[in-house]
Order: sequence, then structure tokens, then C-alpha cells
Amino acid sequence: MVSRPFENLVQSGSVSGPPSGGDYALDRGFRYLAWASAALILALVAYIVIEIGSKALPAIAQYGLGFLTSSEWNVQTGQFGILPQIWGTLYSSLLALLLGGLFGIGIGIFLTQDFLPPRLAATFRTIIELLAAIPSVVFGLWGIYVLIPLLRPVANWLHEVAGGIPFFSTSLSGPGLAPAALVLAIMILPTVASISVDALRQIPYKVKEAAYGMGTTRWEAILKVMLPTASSGILAALVLGFGRALGETMALAMLIGNSNQISLSLFAPANTLAALLASSFPEAGPVEIQALMYAALALLTITLIVNAVGLAVMKLATRKFEVER
Amino acid sequence: MNAIPETMAVAPAPARNGAVMDCQLQKVFYGDFLAVRDSNLPLEKNKITGFIGPSGCGKSTVLRSLNRMNDLIPVFRFEGKVTYHGQDIYDAKVDPVVVRRYIGMVFQQPNPFAMSIYDNVAFGLRLNGFKGNLDERVEKALQGAACWNEVKDKLKNSGLSLSGGQQQRLCIARAIATEPDVLLMDEPCSALDPIATRRVEELMVELKEKYTIALVTHNMQQAMRVADTTAFFGVDISQGSRTGYMVEMGPTKKIFEEPEQQLTREYVRGEFS
Repeated sequence: MVSRPFENLVQSGSVSGPPSGGDYALDRGFRYLAWASAALILALVAYIVIEIGSKALPAIAQYGLGFLTSSEWNVQTGQFGILPQIWGTLYSSLLALLLGGLFGIGIGIFLTQDFLPPRLAATFRTIIELLAAIPSVVFGLWGIYVLIPLLRPVANWLHEVAGGIPFFSTSLSGPGLAPAALVLAIMILPTVASISVDALRQIPYKVKEAAYGMGTTRWEAILKVMLPTASSGILAALVLGFGRALGETMALAMLIGNSNQISLSLFAPANTLAALLASSFPEAGPVEIQALMYAALALLTITLIVNAVGLAVMKLATRKFEVER
Repeated sequence: MNAIPETMAVAPAPARNGAVMDCQLQKVFYGDFLAVRDSNLPLEKNKITGFIGPSGCGKSTVLRSLNRMNDLIPVFRFEGKVTYHGQDIYDAKVDPVVVRRYIGMVFQQPNPFAMSIYDNVAFGLRLNGFKGNLDERVEKALQGAACWNEVKDKLKNSGLSLSGGQQQRLCIARAIATEPDVLLMDEPCSALDPIATRRVEELMVELKEKYTIALVTHNMQQAMRVADTTAFFGVDISQGSRTGYMVEMGPTKKIFEEPEQQLTREYVRGEFS
């Protein structure tokens, strides 16, 4: 019931009054809607985990943890293991994070620290975000028809000159880790760059003034003040970029070579969990599907762990540098 | 209103003996806008020079011209001269970064860096490649800024974990750690409560033993309490826009008790603000 405690106390002619019953109902309705939306997300995650988990159960029962440490994927003999895929997933994602992270943060700095006139910087930010809108399969095609032919002579020259170094120990015959990681780096670049830009733009002007007021050069201000101040946001950018790299599917399935081997070489073909799932599902029989479900569960777990660790690191950085609110 | 009659003369140039800095500002523009004109003020050694005046009178702009902080604003343009120990800091050969290393600044809002209290104070020392005993200098600076006792047990904590008044004193410690000989303070107490304000004011009086201080304040009582010399700035609206200029400068007592200019008299009596 709407309460009207002041109704008869104020002089007549005042238009002040309580919200109507309808206003209160809307208020309550919106609150329930918000709760329901939040609950739906939790339910969805739980449902996906349970669904995949239950379909993977037979495979988990049959192969146990050995599934994670075995390198064989043979439908004929019914032997399944995903160690090469785990290795390929982490290796390609780390390489992409190294490249994409470095350039992404660099772009973040470039677009926020007065290197460009404000309007030009805004235009660049839009272009970077457009990069995120390019479909994965287009990147894959570009990788096959442009990047691999471009990379091959360089890779093979490196292999000839410095073949002793494990990273260059094979030649690049076509698809392989290097083109896959490069494309992956380009794909996570918009994520890392735009979140870094946001983090750096959130730094209050007074912090910049403080830095320059101490007599820093521009680079000193950026390296010693701006980056540490934005550290938790930049870490978030890297974690999200890494998460995106772990799960990226189509471009990798096209570029990485789908070969179940573990090699440090940047030019050897490899495989990732996501690429394995994408390329094996269409023709998989019932037994292989169970194994693939197990692999999917492994990928899900890796992503969850990476995100949890990332969040923890971010929280640590926040504790150290910022006030708790 | 504070319109200035044409006849009102520009204040006579004060004596320039013993001035560490001498600002001979002719015109300051932001883009096409003439923000400040004709302001000559020397900063005498080991004195606090207070800048007072109504809002928009350019006192902050003038202060920020003294260590080239305004150069951060792309449309800023300075005409005139600011000498520091006889050297013009606006000379084309002078890098503003170098100027700011010798002329420290404390801002209106406390702005410690998002790092530990210790690192905040050590920042300038490290920046200048200080090779001596860092701990000792950090302690000395914090003591100089009257906050050593409050923070000595939590030097590893974030500078942002302190209260507003403590943060401001931390910023003062950061500014004086490298012992610059001039300290510019831009309304350093405006974000502080009365108790913190009082501590910072006491601190300023202590600091002038070693430093030459320029203090912008919107608070006349503060200028009366701490400033040795006071410069009063007014706003000239006769040209159709608001241009600040220095009306009068002299010993604080004289400015507040028997100023030469009518406008100053009206301002210090509180007839406009």
C-alpha cells in the first residue's frame, strides 16, 4: 500500500506527493528482472558444464586423467589423448599474448598519451574496434592466402641460419604455429588495445599533472606513473585477451595444421583444443564424441582457471596500488 | 563588479633585490583568449608570496607559468619573461622538464601516485638519479612535511590509503624530497578540512626557512596568516572578455591594511569576491 504520511500536513496547493502504486510496482518489477537476468547467467553456465560433463562422463570413466597426458588420437584403435592439443593451445595463446599484448598496450599508450590530436586518436580507436568485427574465418583465409606465403621464405631462412635454436628447428611447409599465433595476436589486439585505452583514459588528469610537475619526461611519466596506475586495467586487458586466444577456433583450425605433435618449433604444425573440436566433430562417431566432450571440458577448465588466476592477480594489483572502496 | 577604470595605473614594479624568481608576464593566451596581462612579480628568497584575487583573475595561470606547467595545455601561449636565478625559463633553449625539476609544485587536489608512500616520496629522488641513502632522504622529506610520525609504520601502504590532509602533506613531502629551491603551491588547502588546513599552513611557515614559496589561495585569511608578500590580482572586463592582471603587490600587512589601489581595498574588505 502506498503510504501517505504527510498528506494532510502540507498546505493545499502543494504538488508534492508519494510515488503512485504503479511507480512502486515498476520499481519492484525492474529489481526482479535484474535478479532474474543475473540468475539466468549462473544457470546457463551451470547447465553448460553439467551438459558437457555428463556427455563426457563415459570418456572420463574410460580414459581417466591419462586422457590429459596421452598424445594419441586414433579413432580406429579407440585411443584418445589431448596433451598435444593442450600444449598447442597454451603455446599459441602465449605467443599471441606476447605479441598482441605488447602491441595492444603500445597502441593503448599511443592513443591516450597525447601523441595524436584528440580527434585523430578517437578515429584510431574506432578503427581498432572495427578490427574486432572482422569474422574469424576471414582472418583464416587471409592467413592461408597472404600470411603463410609471406612467412614461408622468412621462416625457412631462419631455419637454415639458426636451425640449432629449438624455436626454428623445422621449416615452415604450410600451416603451422607461427602463422596461427600471428593471426591470433592480431585477433586479440583489439581486445587488449581497447581495454588498455579505457584503463589509461580513466587516470585522472591530476595524476598526469603530478607526474609532469615532478619533472618527468613523457616516457618517464608513462612508464613510471601512467602504466603502474593503470596496471589492474591493463592486466584485465591481458587476461581477457588470453582468454579470447585460448578459445579462438575457426582461424586456428584453418592455420595451425591440425597435427598432434608437441614441438617447440614455431614453424611446426600443431593443434589446439578448439581446432580439434571444430575439425573432428562433423565426422565423429559416438565414441569419439565422448572423447571430444572430455576435450571440451578440459578447454572449459583451462579457460576458467586462466580467468580465475587473472582475476586474482588483478585483485592483488588493485590492493597494492589503489584504495579499497 | 570589479570592472577596472582605464585610468587605474598598473602597480609600480616592486624592488627586485633578492628575488629568486622574477616573473615579467606581458600576455598569456589560451588560443585567442587573453587570460592574463601585465603582471610583474618577483619571488623573494625564503619568503612566502601569496597570490589572492577573485576567481578568474589568473592567479593560478600565473603560478603555473612559473614552472611551465601550462605547457601541458596545447593552446597555451606565454609572452614575456620568467627568470629563475637570472635565466629566462621560457628561453627556447630551456626544456620545461628541467624547469620542473628545480621548481616543485603542490596542487589543489592531493594527487599522490598509485604506489606506496615510500615510493611516492622517493619518486623525485629516483627520477633525478639520486645515489645516496634513499631511506634517509625519504624520512627527512616526510619529517619536513610533518607527516613522518603518522606514516612511519606504514611506508609500504598505498599513498592513496591516507586521508586527504595526509595525502596533501605526502605530496608536499614528494615535492620537497629533492629540495628544489622554489615551491609553487596552487590552493593547497582548498580540498582540506580546517584542521588539516592549519597543519599545512604551519608547515608552509616552517618550509620557508629553506624554500622560496609562491602560494595561490582563494582564502584571504590564509594569505594574512602565512604570506610575507601578497600580490592581488583583478579581472579586467573592459575589453569585452575577462582578462586577469596583477593590481598591486606589497608586504601582506600593507596590502590588507593600507593598499594603494581602490580595487584592492574593496577586495580585502570583502566587498566583492
